[in-house]
Formats: sequence, structure tokens, C-alpha cells
Amino acid sequence: MNHLLEVDNLHVQFDTPQGPASAVDGASFHISHGETLGLVGESGCGKTVTSLSILGLIPSPPGYIKADRILFKGRNLLNLSSEDVRKIRGREIAMIFQEPMTSLNPVLPIGRQVAEPLIAHKGISKAKAFKEAIKWLDYVKIPEARKRLYDYPHQLSGGMRQRIMIAMAMVCHPQLLIADEPTTALDVTIQAQILSLIAGLKEELNMSVLLITHDLGVVAQMADRVLVMYAGEIVEEADVMSLYDRPFHPYTEGLLRSMPILDKQIGDKLHRLTEISGIAPCTTGLTQGCKFADRCPFAFPLCSEKRPELLEVKDGQRARCWLRDYPEKRRHHD
Amino acid sequence: MASVLDAGSGIIRKREDIMIETPLIEVHDLVKYFPLGGSLLKKPHSWVKAVNGVSFKVEKGETFGVVGESGCGKTTLGRLILGLISPSSGRIEFDGKDFSTLNNTEMRSVRRRMQIIFQDPYSSLDPRMKVFSIITEPMRSIKDLSRNSRRELAADLLKRVGLRPEDLDKYPHEFSGGQRQRIGIARSICMRPELIVADEPVSSLDVSIQAQVINLMAKLREDYNLSYIFISHDLRVVNYLCNKIAVMYLGAIVELAPKHCFTTIARHPYTRALLESVPQPNPHQRGKLSPMEGDVSSPINLPSGCTFHTRCHYATDKCRKIAPPLLQVEPGHYVACWLNQGRGFEDY
Repeated sequence: MNHLLEVDNLHVQFDTPQGPASAVDGASFHISHGETLGLVGESGCGKTVTSLSILGLIPSPPGYIKADRILFKGRNLLNLSSEDVRKIRGREIAMIFQEPMTSLNPVLPIGRQVAEPLIAHKGISKAKAFKEAIKWLDYVKIPEARKRLYDYPHQLSGGMRQRIMIAMAMVCHPQLLIADEPTTALDVTIQAQILSLIAGLKEELNMSVLLITHDLGVVAQMADRVLVMYAGEIVEEADVMSLYDRPFHPYTEGLLRSMPILDKQIGDKLHRLTEISGIAPCTTGLTQGCKFADRCPFAFPLCSEKRPELLEVKDGQRARCWLRDYPEKRRHHD
Repeated sequence: MASVLDAGSGIIRKREDIMIETPLIEVHDLVKYFPLGGSLLKKPHSWVKAVNGVSFKVEKGETFGVVGESGCGKTTLGRLILGLISPSSGRIEFDGKDFSTLNNTEMRSVRRRMQIIFQDPYSSLDPRMKVFSIITEPMRSIKDLSRNSRRELAADLLKRVGLRPEDLDKYPHEFSGGQRQRIGIARSICMRPELIVADEPVSSLDVSIQAQVINLMAKLREDYNLSYIFISHDLRVVNYLCNKIAVMYLGAIVELAPKHCFTTIARHPYTRALLESVPQPNPHQRGKLSPMEGDVSSPINLPSGCTFHTRCHYATDKCRKIAPPLLQVEPGHYVACWLNQGRGFEDY
């Protein structure tokens, strides 16, 4: 197996006043070279924690990472010293965050911030780094990049700030880009611009992307393969076509059906949106069975007794659901 | 306006001459500018033109959607309609009554008939009040209700929004975001309003919870014969829930269309770009991801002519000089674009 990144049995726990809460509960996945992997789920399902633990960015305490291994280009990140991880972070694995205003330094001019990774990782001179920074600012379509070098983040719009973040992430030519909700804070037309920028960069540099989002539309447009997370577990894994054509896990299915669709609405008659009843479970304490059981329309006694494993259902599509073994329990009521 | 204001409980008030129902809300050429940099003695050096000449009507029982990107003035419009801020110029009529002619007592009685649902269910509920007090706070202005009957009412409201009567004695922090939004909705319907302004009511919620709240709002609309002004940046949600959709750009309505096949009849280049920017949840339809370049212009220095010309692929000299009026192109469908007037849309 020659994947760019391989994560095996990742557990992340946080100490809370209510006892240990497990944010990620046994996640295993891989990202191949040049692939865009979508990681979808609702707030609190562990998507961001998963990505932060790859980069070793979980503060400990209160967080504890336990995993069989996290292999990046054949090296186990868990065995590296924090100094060595720091050399990888920002150079070979870069990250874009959701809120560009809070993740840029407000008191440093943007040119300096974009050049910083080059100076830190490659040890090149400031002048050269600034030249490279201008090149990247041009690339991410910051108008008049040379003049903008000494602007501060507050002088830029949200979309521009996200472009700066992308330029910062890209200067060292990373092989893996982790984009955590990169467009959630942006307007829809700006979102489209940023997504097309990321897609273009990925093509051009043959980079892999881990795209974390709650928006199933964004995933459908961008990803090659998709992981669906629920309450700290991966509940479904499939290539993007299979996932949207024939979702297996009732949670995935519910997510897809609870979205209002824009086109092909005939007439004024309102079809009721399918809702997933209830709310996501609390992650403290142990649950025996499937974590989705109490919201699942097909749940049967076994579901709350025994936890299902993530197993193949069809052609590489995997799901964590007892319906795989008991397909007759899937009955639609509409 | 020649409208008969009958003092009784009749809901439908008719004009004297022609028997047409008065629209619930009618807005004429509404303008709101916010001053920048002024003080008591100094004149402001510039103005933020948040709402810049907006006119529309909302009929009873209708759900009127307002879509646009951040900073287009949709929230300001909502606050103007509720009378929370006063317009710089223009007129708002609620059920035939002009806001500017009402005194405080009359304004209070009008306000009782409209309510708001806020975007953020965390900051819009007082963390130190129990759910019972939160929901019944609007009722306290009616003095003749005993505590017990208020409790009964509140319990009934909670049931209607899908919570349990036991929840009355809990505090907001004991609820999730979706449940809090339900509490906010219960509070807004407690006075049996005729109009609810919902300002991004579902945008802070997860998809599965969003569907629950949208379904609840649709159900309440039928139960109470409510009219909504539904403000959102999410075209998918607006298109799903509304009968009429107004698209705003930089403080003005650029297109106003009935929901009925909105996605196919929309003509304004901005509306089309918005529609194309929405990522479709269908990997088989991977479209061009970026239909539009550039950022929204600043509402302080509005571009000349059509305010959209800076981002429009079709802009001509005329667009740069003269602002297009909002004209009817088909019954009920209005567009403010030079491309769509007189000329067909085929060459678009």
C-alpha cells in the first residue's frame, strides 16, 4: 500500500468535568496521491479534531491522541519528535482554517505572513521569500499583489483573507492540504471562487486535499472519495458517485434527503423535508450499540446492543451499520 | 390611502372603492443610510447606503423571501419593517397603516402583530431566564392573564414547536442549538402575530436540524395563517419555503419573482450567478465552479449606474451610467436590468 497518508484506529479523548469525552473513536482512513477526500459531518462529530490530530495540534492535556499509526509518506508521525513534526507541518502538510480573520495575525502585514513559512522552513532570504510571496499572491488572484504586501488583514474582505490563507498554505508546495471548512464563512459567490481556486491548485500541483465540510453540495462538487462522520465515528466511506447515488448508512441517507434541492421543483406544492429526528448524542460515557440507533428510522433491538463495524457493503463502499447483515430491516415508510 | 380601519376584529379590511385586500405590508421606496464618522458637532463624512430605494408588497399568508450576500441590506430591511429603526426616507404600511403617522400607543399595538426570529439561538435567549419567562415575556403587557393561564399557554406553545411542557422550568443552556431555535419560535408566535420576520433562522444550524426547523416553520404557517418575511443568504432554503423571492444587491432589489419555477425564470445576471454558485449536491452535475469574478462593491461608494456592473459579464456603457428601473417583465416578475427590457433573453 502506497498511500500518502494512512491513519489507523485513531482515538482522541478530551478530559472534561463530566469525565473523558471521546471526540474521535477509532477512525481509520487513507488519502492517496492527488486525491481529494471529503470529510463530512455535523458540528461536534469530530471532523476538525481528526485533522488537527494528524498535524499534532491537539493540546495535551486536555486532549489525548491514541492511534495504531499515522503514516505520512511511510513515516509514523506519532513516533516523531515535536521538532520533526513541526518540520512537516506547514511544509509538507498545510492547513487552511474556517475563519480567515481569526487565523491570520492582525498585527502583521500580509506579505510577511505569506513569506514566513518559506523563511522558517526553507531558510531562504527575506527578499527572496517576499518575491515568492508576490508570485503566490498573484496566483491566488489578489489584485495588485505588490502594493498589497504591506496591507493588514483587516483591510481585506473575507474572500481576500481566505485567498491569503491559501497563498500561505501553498508557498512551500505541500503534498497534502487540509482545508477545514474553507468556505463556510463566505458568501456563495465567493465560495465558488475559492473552491475553484483550490480545485485548480490541486490539479496543477498534483496535491492531495482533505476537505472538511458540513456542506454536501461542496463535497459533491469537489471530492473524489467521501468519509461521513457521526459522533466521532466514520459511519460510511465511499467514492463520491456511489455515496450520492446509493447511500447505505441511514445517517448519510438522512443528510442527503434533509437538504432542500434547488432545481427541478415543479409547482408550488411543498414536499416536507425529510428530517432526522432527535439530536446528536453526547460523547461522554460509553454507548454499547450503534451511536445513531436512537435517531435511526430502521433501528431494531440489535442496534442498541452491539456496535456495528465499518465493513464493505459493495465495491469498496463501506458502512458501519447492521443493515448490511439484515437488509430486510430497511423499510421506507413513504 | 383610503383604507377602512374597522375597529372590530375583522381581519380583512377593504378599500372603499375597489374590493381588494390591503396587503399586509407595503413598502414604498424605502431608504436607510447610516452615518459614518459623524459626532454631535461634526457632520458625517460619508454614509453607508444600506437600503437604497426598496419597494414591495407582502400579501396575507404569503412567505416573502429576501436573498442576498452579506452586506446587501437584507437585515436592515427586516429591522425597518419591524419598526426597530426608522427609515431615512420612504414609507412602510402595515395593514394600511403608515408607520410614520402612528403615535407610540398605536405603534405598540401594531408591533404586537409582528414578531421576529433571530439568527443566533445562543445570543437571542437570555441565559438567566427560564424558558417559561422567555416565552411569556411578550405576554406580560397583557395584564389580565393569571400566571396559571400563562403557564398553560406556554406549555401549549412548547408542544406546538416540538418541545415538552416539562421544559418550561429549564434554562436555555440545557438545550441544543435546534431546540433553542424552537424556543425562539415559540416566543415569536405567543402573541399570535400576523407577520414574522425571520432573519437567517436556520443558518447557524446543522443540516439535519435545519430541516426540522424549516418543517416546523412551514407547519406553523398553516396553523396560524402566518405571513413570513424570510431573510436568508441560502437560496436553497428560500426557494424551498417562499412564495415570492426578492434578490437584493447593494441595498436594492434587482429581481423579484414568484417562487413558481424561480430557478428557471430568473433573468438578472446576478440572480443567475447566485443560482450557479450554489454547489449542487449531485456529483454527476459538476458545473463551472466560479461563474462570477470579483467582490461586492462597498455600500459607501456605490458604483454609478447599475450597481452590479462591476461584476457583470454583460455590462455595457449604458449600465455604467444609468441605473435600470425595476420593471415588470411578466405578471408578478420584476427585473432591474437593461438586458431584459425590450430585448429577449435568448442572447443572454
